Amino acid sequence: MADSIVSAASVIAAGIAVGLAAIGPGIGQGNAAGQAVEGIARQPEAEDKIRGTLLLSLAFMEALTIYGLVVALSLIFANPFSS
Amino acid sequence: MTSTLSFDYNPTISTLPLADLEVGKHFYWEVFGYSLHGQVFIVSWLVIGLILGASILATITLNQVPRNTWQNVMEVVVEYIQGIAKNQMGSNFAEWVPFVGTLFLFILISNWLGALVPWKLIHLPEGELAAPTNDINTTISLALSTSITYFYAGLKKRGFSYFKKYFQPTPVLLPINILEDFTKPLSLSFRLFGNILADELTVSVLTLLVPILIPLPIMILGLFASSIQALIFATLAAAYIGESVEGHH
Repeated sequence: MADSIVSAASVIAAGIAVGLAAIGPGIGQGNAAGQAVEGIARQPEAEDKIRGTLLLSLAFMEALTIYGLVVALSLIFANPFSS
Repeated sequence: MTSTLSFDYNPTISTLPLADLEVGKHFYWEVFGYSLHGQVFIVSWLVIGLILGASILATITLNQVPRNTWQNVMEVVVEYIQGIAKNQMGSNFAEWVPFVGTLFLFILISNWLGALVPWKLIHLPEGELAAPTNDINTTISLALSTSITYFYAGLKKRGFSYFKKYFQPTPVLLPINILEDFTKPLSLSFRLFGNILADELTVSVLTLLVPILIPLPIMILGLFASSIQALIFATLAAAYIGESVEGHH
């Protein structure tokens, strides 16, 4: 009985972890992309540099979502609370 | 490794009789009482062999003006890595180019080998071959070596006045600066591990559900994202070393 409660709680926690972890970086990445596009529109010669910086910053923000995914994966596949 | 619904210890999911998915099984080697992940070592040795082979091929006949095409290719790679190090470290970047280059090349080649080579053709007794960076141990060891390196760089360049860095810009930030020493390797390792494992799991699950054509866009995205992650790891390593050598500008 306790085992199924642990499993159910882990599954709910995993879902919430990924869902919540995607909110912040989603907003941040959209913001960054918007500013990058504005920069390119303002100065099309600088497109390569802007694209390089944009990709670098996107990867940093992506990492925050990945942290949530790692927690979710470890809850599902490497759960320390299940017997 | 969960025991949901009291099935076997490592439940294997299978839908159509075309693909199976199992997570958590490793190929263990028992050496002197320690368990090692054999599959990580095998692919890591392959990656190291490839990088060493490329480097040896490029430097067999060294010319100022390269006549050997392989030397030409590797010079592009070395210049790119020098560019990364120089952007982050400023003037005295030359002695750290090997370290940054090793990080970049090892992570890039291991991620791409993990994604491109058909490992399933080689049959292991348990588990299967994949990118070595999908194991948290590999990425933690890379991140810890970066940590040790930037400590070593700071101490070598500035001696014990290196520890004044913790009190800048204000001593109020001392706990945060100390905490940063722990979060730097943590974030480095988890960023790389999470990206590679998430990509592999996504491709595996999609292959399990629809084995034809649908996993391809995710695989291409995985190739792109994993090369960006290699660049990020190397750039951050160079930035941390530069920060501890120069201090706050």
